[in-house]
Order: sequence, then structure tokens, then C-alpha cells
Amino acid sequence: MSLSISTIINGEPRSIAIDDPRVSLLDLLRERLDLTGTKKGCDRGQCGACTVLVDGRRVNACLTLAVSVDGAEVTTIEGLARGDLLHPVQAAFIEHDGFQCGYCTPGQIMSAIGLIQENHAGSDPERIRELMSGNICRCGAYQGITEAVLEAREAMSEKNRSDAA
Amino acid sequence: MSPESISPILQQGRHGSNAGQPLTRRDGVLKVTGRATYAADNHPRGMLYAVTAVSTIARGRVTSLDVAAAKAHPGVVEVITPANRPPLSHNPAEKMPPFGFRVEVLQDDTVRYVNQPIALVVAETLEAATEGAALLNPRYETAPARTGRDNGDRYAPPAIGVGSPPRTAYGDIEAGMASATRVTTAEYSTPAQYHNAMEPHAVVAEWDGDRVTLDMPNQALALSAGAYAKYFGIPPENVLIRSPFLGGGFGSKAILNGPQILGILAARMLQRPVKLALTRAQMYGPVGHRGATWQTLRIGTEDDGRITALHHHSLSATSSFDDFIEPAANSSLPLYASPALLAEHEGLRLDTGTPGPMRAPGEASGSAALEVAIDEAAQACGMDPLAFRLANYAETEPGTNKPFSSKALRECYDQGASRFGWSTRPLEPRQMRDENGLLVGWGMGTAVFHCPHFPAEARATLRADGTALVETGGADMGQGAWTALAQIAAEALGLDPDQVELHSGISNLPDGGIAGGSGHTASAGLALHNAGEDAIAQLSELATSDEASPLYGAGNVGVVARHGRLHRRDDETRSESYADILARARRREIVGTAKANRSPDVAEGHALLSHGAVFAEVKVDPDLGQMRVSRLVGAFAAGRVINPRLVQSQYFGGMIWGISFALQEEAITDRRTGRIMNADLAEYHVPVNADVPSLEAILVPEQDDIVNVLGVKGVGEIGVTGTVGAIANAVWHATGVRVRRFPIKIEDLL
Repeated sequence: MSLSISTIINGEPRSIAIDDPRVSLLDLLRERLDLTGTKKGCDRGQCGACTVLVDGRRVNACLTLAVSVDGAEVTTIEGLARGDLLHPVQAAFIEHDGFQCGYCTPGQIMSAIGLIQENHAGSDPERIRELMSGNICRCGAYQGITEAVLEAREAMSEKNRSDAA
Repeated sequence: MSPESISPILQQGRHGSNAGQPLTRRDGVLKVTGRATYAADNHPRGMLYAVTAVSTIARGRVTSLDVAAAKAHPGVVEVITPANRPPLSHNPAEKMPPFGFRVEVLQDDTVRYVNQPIALVVAETLEAATEGAALLNPRYETAPARTGRDNGDRYAPPAIGVGSPPRTAYGDIEAGMASATRVTTAEYSTPAQYHNAMEPHAVVAEWDGDRVTLDMPNQALALSAGAYAKYFGIPPENVLIRSPFLGGGFGSKAILNGPQILGILAARMLQRPVKLALTRAQMYGPVGHRGATWQTLRIGTEDDGRITALHHHSLSATSSFDDFIEPAANSSLPLYASPALLAEHEGLRLDTGTPGPMRAPGEASGSAALEVAIDEAAQACGMDPLAFRLANYAETEPGTNKPFSSKALRECYDQGASRFGWSTRPLEPRQMRDENGLLVGWGMGTAVFHCPHFPAEARATLRADGTALVETGGADMGQGAWTALAQIAAEALGLDPDQVELHSGISNLPDGGIAGGSGHTASAGLALHNAGEDAIAQLSELATSDEASPLYGAGNVGVVARHGRLHRRDDETRSESYADILARARRREIVGTAKANRSPDVAEGHALLSHGAVFAEVKVDPDLGQMRVSRLVGAFAAGRVINPRLVQSQYFGGMIWGISFALQEEAITDRRTGRIMNADLAEYHVPVNADVPSLEAILVPEQDDIVNVLGVKGVGEIGVTGTVGAIANAVWHATGVRVRRFPIKIEDLL
């Protein structure tokens, strides 16, 4: 069986032949497209390590069938930096030590970007903690993660203001 | 954390050194861009996927597997079972010293625990291998599972932990109890816990003749390479382990396990690269865990609160076929002064996978029980818990009377208590409420952790351009080793850290020792330090014996290495750059090498320990019993701090593990079947962001000139200790209910 999907991955239009309908978006990215930045921690939507943006919304790539992203736009951790210029969330994670082993980090960053863009959290650390709770960090870098999201949100809204001006 | 926010004393700089600076992680950009390569990210050409089929019973044997059905599935290449498993050169039923356990690698049809591998399916795709494993439809002959204290087999273990004696006694324990005015006795239990590193154990194995390359997360490269060599009957130098990044380890990636060996075996059998990654559920069995304990503490006290005898007994669970006895009772040995001490252990055989070291093995479980018992003894004496601990402050190591190499515990108590506001704490429980009517409680615990040292080697190469390459086969599972080790090497070499390139995380480098026991920075760091000094000594020799050098003849007064130049010690204006010295000597490079170990005198003559004090506030809903940790302040003294940003993160991580231990983590076994009912990350609770309040970790200055020349102790595990007890004691203080079973649950308070 061969299924063909058209999708935009990190800004690049792709036409992908998928030979097996069981393939998840996570395994498509990791095993077939060599986009291994997205991580597999549980493969059942419980840890958030595989979080990517599909049409700007946060999804668990492990719970998403690859064929279902036909026509959609997918953004992964590899699609954030512009050359050497890090996304504000990426830079803030480094500055606030929002990770240790780094394995959950791509998912944390994608979740953070999603929630900042959706503007659910505002600048309330309690809300940020709640809304980042779908991403488990076993090393326990939560304090740095929360600080990073707060700072990045500020940096992104400043940038938006200056872009609008 | 900005450099300005670090107090000068914590920077502890040495003649222009960058050590002590809160540098951000060297691997930060790689980790935030997804370019850090973990084992399962590798994909050599022609790679196959292996998936283990695992047992669903805890004890018995496999009577049939539908191999034909699995093989018939499109894409399946091979099914490996005990019937066709190729031979191994090491008997898996024999332990592999010093740290290796017995492993299950399809040597027979016996099932010893749930999630034991019973077959391996190899296929062209992950989907086909997964489906193939599901088609095996195993049938079993099932025996009753031993699941707990009432049906497990008790025994006297010959050793506990890693080769420690099961019983340690100082003084006359019963005489001590007899001389006490009161004795408090209680039993505490801790559950089985699973490491649950975010990265599942994985291996990508590729053979080339009798050489094999293994991409795998690994906390002990040289040791593991040697062990794999024995399993596969090849020389150790033919095993190349690449482990540039580990997605967490916590002890579970230091020791060989069955599934990874099977993945490597499949690659050799099929002569193609093979990737094997465990599922989350499969991590609850063959890759170690923290064994359950049932601990009894008896504490004799006098009227003034002084301890006359401390007796700690631990019944520690292990598997039916191997021994790892959680050395929990030993937590009572190094901390509180007592004329009589007795720590003893019994083993309990259950039908589980063999436990192993998990972040603060022994110390975490033992400290949890000890710190609550101490709180209970203080309560019995009518004393404030901090005053009680100070009344029993050990000025030398209890039992041995050895001096401490350093001990700033009193400062930890002072600074932590002051920051937390401990002095206003009411003595009686159930006295405080917040503005919403929630019960508020304050509790504390003492943190303590030993300072092991592992033999390690390193190489430091000064290059013609004045920069350096330093190499040691270490492991960074998130501690920040790549950054801290580079800082240590840069200090020894008199260079800025950004002039130092660090190679590590691969087994063909000088042996960097083990990343465990909170000893990696000290061990690999000392090797790098010594290698750097060796390189500088060679460079000095070149310069001071060269008439054309401004340093000519300075051999006797000596030189100082700083910012890429050697300076005369007695006249620092006379100096020369490394690059100039090398160029005139027509040397492309200078290679310094070193082996580093601890001098036996240091450990013989001193107690080597890190200390800390943790203060916790919890809020409890009086009607619903819901608990939350609302504040946690830890103050820790662990010798010299190489990088305060990273050390703070290590303390935070440990304290969050303490929250987890106190209130969340527990593997729950179905007593009928021996199956773990919550073998996933939704039901096996670990803290999420919303579970963690604002944390504070105070880095208490401590100078230690004895533990090693770096003055470095260790910070990776101490944060777990003390914290568990502090939270449990705060729950008591909030509610008046003393819970002695971890994790503390809502129903315990209702």
C-alpha cells in the first residue's frame, strides 16, 4: 500500500510517499525524514517529548497518524532557528538553564511557542506552570523552563510591537 | 543567573581561573535546536528495527510462541527466541564484576519477572517489528508470584549496595537504649520506583567483522565496553561506544541490560545494523529500579534530646535471581552523633526485575525514613526539630570518630532556616492556615551524601595556536559535565573555557570513569586537571630552558599559567604566550596525560561527605486531604562550586525528586499477577511543572583542601536526601497525622 501526502515541513513543501498506514507523524519525522530533533519518550501522548506544531497548534506527534497531516503545515524544533539566530524561546531556555539532559527540550520549546502564540498564559507563572504540564522533565528543570517562557514571551511581544511600529 | 548575582565567595576563582563562573551549557545550542544526537537518532544505511516481546507473567515459563505468525508478517526478517538465539561468550546467569548483574537474554524459557524479554523480532520497519512482536501470542505455565513482604522470601544478604557489609555496628546498641529516658520506634515503607529517564534505553549496533560500534546512552563507557567485549568474545578495543548525549540516566544507564545485549546480538546474527529502543512500559523490568524497603528505626534519647542509641533496620527487596540490596539503613551512620549505632539489612526476594542504583541509592530511601524518625524523636522530646538536630550535631563522624574533610552543615542549617523563616514555626501541629483556610505545615530534613572517587584518565593537548584539546571518556546525562569539565581543564591550562575543546562521551578516549555516585566531576575533573598540569609543566620546561625566552632560567622560581601565557612567578611582567613557546621550539603540540585516583590516606583518615538542610512548606486541604508543596528551600555545602548555574540546577533536580518520592512516585503491583499496573508516564506519577513550587537552593560556601586538589565534592544526588523527610514532616506539621508510608496519599490524611 502506498499513500502519498503533501505537507509543508519547516516551511518546505514536501510530497511524501508513505508505504504503511500505521506510521505515526513522530516515526515519519524521525525514521523516514531524518528529522530526529523531535523525541520519543512514551509513544502514547503522556510525556510531551514529541510535541510539534501542526498548523500552529501543539500536537503530540506520536498520537498523530502521518497520513493525517496531508495538506497541513508542520513545524518541528529544526524549523525554529534562522541560521545561527535562535528563536527567543530557544535562547531563553539556554539562559535560564531550562533543561539538563535535553531530551524533553524540543517538546518543551514547541509547547512554549504554542502557548505563547495562543496567548493563554499571560505573564502569570502559575498559568505557565499549568499549561506547560503536558511536558514532563524528569531532570526537574521546571523552574528554568517557567522563567524561560516568561522571558521569551516578553521578548516576543516586544519584537511584535517593534515590528508593528 | 547573571555573574553579578553570584556572590564573590562562590566564584572561588583561582589565579584568574574561569572555574566558579556560571557559564551556560556548552551543549545548549545543540540541545535547543534538536541537533544533539541521542542514541536512537542514529540511522546507519541498511538498518533493521528490533522490538522485544516481553512476558506478561511474573513467574513461570513460556510454553509456546507463534513464531510462524510473526515471521509471516510482511517486513519481518527474523524472530529470535531461546530456540535459535546465537551463543554468547559470557554466561548471562553469572554476574559481571564490578557492577554487572545477571541478565535475561533468551537463555531459556524461564520467566522471572514481568516485562522480561521472551523474544526479539527484527524487521525492515519499526511498524513491522512491533506488529510481529504482538503476533507471537505467548502461552505460559504460570507459578504464583511473590509480590510483597507477606509472600516474598526473606534472606540474609552477603553484601548490600555495591559490596558493602550488610551490618555495621558501633558501641553497644542495647546499652544505649537502656540508658535512654525514652525510645521512639516506628516502621517506614518505601515503594518500588523506576528511573524513567525521558530517553528510553536504546542501542544502534553495527558490526564490521569482529568490531562493533554501539550508539547507546551510557554512564560508564570503559567499564561497559569491557563488559560487552566479554559477552561477544572480542577484545575490549573492538567495542566502540558512542554516547555524546544521554537523555537522563539516574543510574539506569550505568549497567548492562538484557534488551541492549539482544539488539547487539541481532545485528551480528543478521549482519546488518540494528536499532532497538525500549518502549516506556518495557522500562519497568529489565533496566533496574529502586527496590522497595520496609525500615524500622529505634531512637533512644535523653531528656535534653541527645541521642543515646540509633538502630536502623532495612528489609530491602530484590529479585528472585540476583542481589541489589538498597543500603537504606546505612543512612543513619554518618549523620547524627550517637554513642551506639546499628545499621542492618535483610533481603526480600520478589518476582521482579533486579533493582539497581537509582539516584541516591540507599540514601534516598534511608534518609526518608531517618529524617521522619528524627522528627518523631524531636516531637517526643518536645523539641524544635532544628534544635534537636543541632543537639545531635556530629563534630566527627559518628562511630569512626574520623574528622570530616569539611562540614559546613551548621551554616546550611543557619542559612536555610533564616531564608525560610523557620524561627517563627509553632512547635505543635495544625497551628497554621493560609488565607484560603488551607492547613499549612513546615518541616525540615538534613541532607547528606558521600563523596566517592572513581579512577579516571585524561589527555590535554596544547596546540600550536595556543588553544587546547582535552579528552576523557566521560558522560553527560544532564549534569552539565561537558561544561564543568571544560572549566576545570581550562583552569589547569590557564586558558579561557572557550579556548578549550572538550572531547568526551566516546569509549576510545582515556577512561573518564563512571558518571555515578555524584563523583564524576571530581573524578574526571581531577584527571583533566592533572593532565592540564602535565602539559603546562612540559611547556614550562621548554620555555625556561630556552635562552631566547623571557622565561629562561625561571625554572627554580617557577611560572604561572594564565590567559594563554606563562608568567614568571616572581615577576609577572615577564611572560610569553603558549603559541610563541611552541613555535620557537618547532612543536606542533604538547600532550599532557594523567591518571587520577584518590590517595588511600584521604579516605582512611577522613569522613568525606556533602551536607545540606532542606526546609519545606506544604499546604493541605483540611476537607479533601489534597497536598501541595508550596515552598522548598535547600541549603547545601558540597565543597568548591565549579559552575553555580549548573549546581543550582542539580540541587533543584534532586529536590524535585524529593517531592516525587514524598508525594508521587510508586510502582503499584497487582498482587494476583505480579504485573505493574501503572507502567507508563500517565499513571506512574512524576512531578510535572505545576507540581513544583518556587524553589530556592542556597550554595553555602565550603572550602575543602582534603577531599581532592580541586576541592570538589559532588552535587548530583544530595538534593533528594533531606527533602523527602522535610516534606513528610511538613505534612505532619500541617495535619497532625504522621504518615510512615511513601508516597503520602490523600487517603492517609482522611
